[in-house]
Amino acid sequence: MPAAAFGLLPFAVYVLLFLALPTLIAVGTGFLGNDGGFTLDTVAALGDPVVLAAFGSSIWLSALTAIIGAVVGALVCYALLGARPDGALRSTVDSLSSVIAQFGGAMLAFAFTATIGIQGMVTLLLQERLGIDIFADGVWLYELPGLVLPYIYFQVPLMIITFMPALASLKPTWAEANATLGGTARTYWLRIGLPVLAPSFLGSLLLLFANAFSSYATAATLTSQGAQIVPLQIRSALTSETMLGRENLAGALALGMILVMTVVMIGYSRLQSRAARWQR
Amino acid sequence: MTAGIGTARGVAHAPGRLTRMLILGGVGLVFAVPILAMIEFTLRRGLVGGYDFQRWIELFQNGLTGEYAPILAALVNSVGLAVGTVAIVLVLLVPTMLLVHIRFPRLRRTLEILCILPISIPAIVLVVGLAPVFSVLARYVGSGVWTLAFAYGITVLPFAYRAIQSNLDGVDVRTLSEAARTLGAGWAGVLLRVLVPNLRRGILAGAFIAVAVVLGEFTIASLLSRVNLQTALVVVSKNDPYSAVILSLLALFVAFLLLLAIGRLGTERRRPARAFTPTPTTSTSGGDQS
Repeated sequence: MPAAAFGLLPFAVYVLLFLALPTLIAVGTGFLGNDGGFTLDTVAALGDPVVLAAFGSSIWLSALTAIIGAVVGALVCYALLGARPDGALRSTVDSLSSVIAQFGGAMLAFAFTATIGIQGMVTLLLQERLGIDIFADGVWLYELPGLVLPYIYFQVPLMIITFMPALASLKPTWAEANATLGGTARTYWLRIGLPVLAPSFLGSLLLLFANAFSSYATAATLTSQGAQIVPLQIRSALTSETMLGRENLAGALALGMILVMTVVMIGYSRLQSRAARWQR
Repeated sequence: MTAGIGTARGVAHAPGRLTRMLILGGVGLVFAVPILAMIEFTLRRGLVGGYDFQRWIELFQNGLTGEYAPILAALVNSVGLAVGTVAIVLVLLVPTMLLVHIRFPRLRRTLEILCILPISIPAIVLVVGLAPVFSVLARYVGSGVWTLAFAYGITVLPFAYRAIQSNLDGVDVRTLSEAARTLGAGWAGVLLRVLVPNLRRGILAGAFIAVAVVLGEFTIASLLSRVNLQTALVVVSKNDPYSAVILSLLALFVAFLLLLAIGRLGTERRRPARAFTPTPTTSTSGGDQS
């Protein structure tokens, strides 16, 4: 037993150096005043209305895109259920999902500017063919609502990647037992499939929420002005060199983000212990 | 009675062909639109109207030289980082997960929380703390681009963990490893010949995500002032949006092919194991190919 414990050492050291240490350094700055001493003044800035509004927008955006992404992604997983795991369909969808799930930042901004930008393909088509002006009330693509579609674009594939293994681990014997007892496909899904999958589904949903909440690159390249969501506020706090003491505000904002994420993570961890009931 | 049970290929209650086509076709169509819009954008002829391939031809004639040479270097950086990150997942994460699962079940929750933790620490937060760590690291191993793989290994941890864990939950690892041990296998044999083949789908999914994360990473590289594919694309887009979109499309296509190839590699290796399934056709073709 003690010999096997040494096997845990390399991973522990790695996580300590590249996860624990940087996190402590980053969050620690939130408690530093301008003179470098300990203070709670910087953290108190989290109560500012502008900061609170940004947190509200971030949570709203993340929840909306996580729910839509999880439902659509789970549907795609279900559609793939009968496909051969090593067949062309599955490997194509797997590869496409992996690429698109991380299709963030600059490329996603380019794609949606070309689609629903002022001169975008869909914008022009709707205008010329149907007479619909999607920007009749002003251009919303570069503001908060404009982030919804791009975010969904990377949420759905992430759901496919994370939820597919759970769906694939449904045991055929359960379907046989269901059929033997006179059950239909409907009773199989309602009584067996969905209850067993529910914790995995909700776990993936929280993963999607976290993914959107901490996403920075897409918003950073798409919205050049303003800071409607928290990551963008951190960026402006980090990069604005004109206002003294702003880098410590970044630490406070970081702390606020981590608090929200901790709540999400506790929910995730509860769900996982529920999912574990069906294992072994 | 049998009509209701979709147990074909061992999968319970798979959807019908029509349902599958409707879902995949619908979602696929919607997801194709932004890609098509990017292609349409690159073919526009400016104020004159109409379409041609002029911009593509110009870019290919000049090649990735001169103005665009940095893109090629950035691509090489990103691919190298992807390899390094997958290596971290395979060498550090997978053995640790299996060791905890088999020998230290009480540490499972701890490992899980540890692995999911990076998701609660956004890249933009992590990068603030990573900067001092990397400046110390630079004294010992230099400040090469490859060192970013250490940071990316942390970034992909939650995704790789979940993919592998989902698979791990569906496989009775303890019984498998005890059986293998009883039959005289060493720990290396158990790991490489019993556990890894059974967890191939999860490990492969984890590797997929790792590669995709690294190819799309922007935040850490840009804030630590290192060049990767994404940061280079942003630089190009400032002067020349058309070329940036063309290069993005090419990058997407190459990343897709790369992942497809990796996926195929995994399924090729799976074939010999299929010889033990009771389907006669697969067993013979599998035997020929191995």
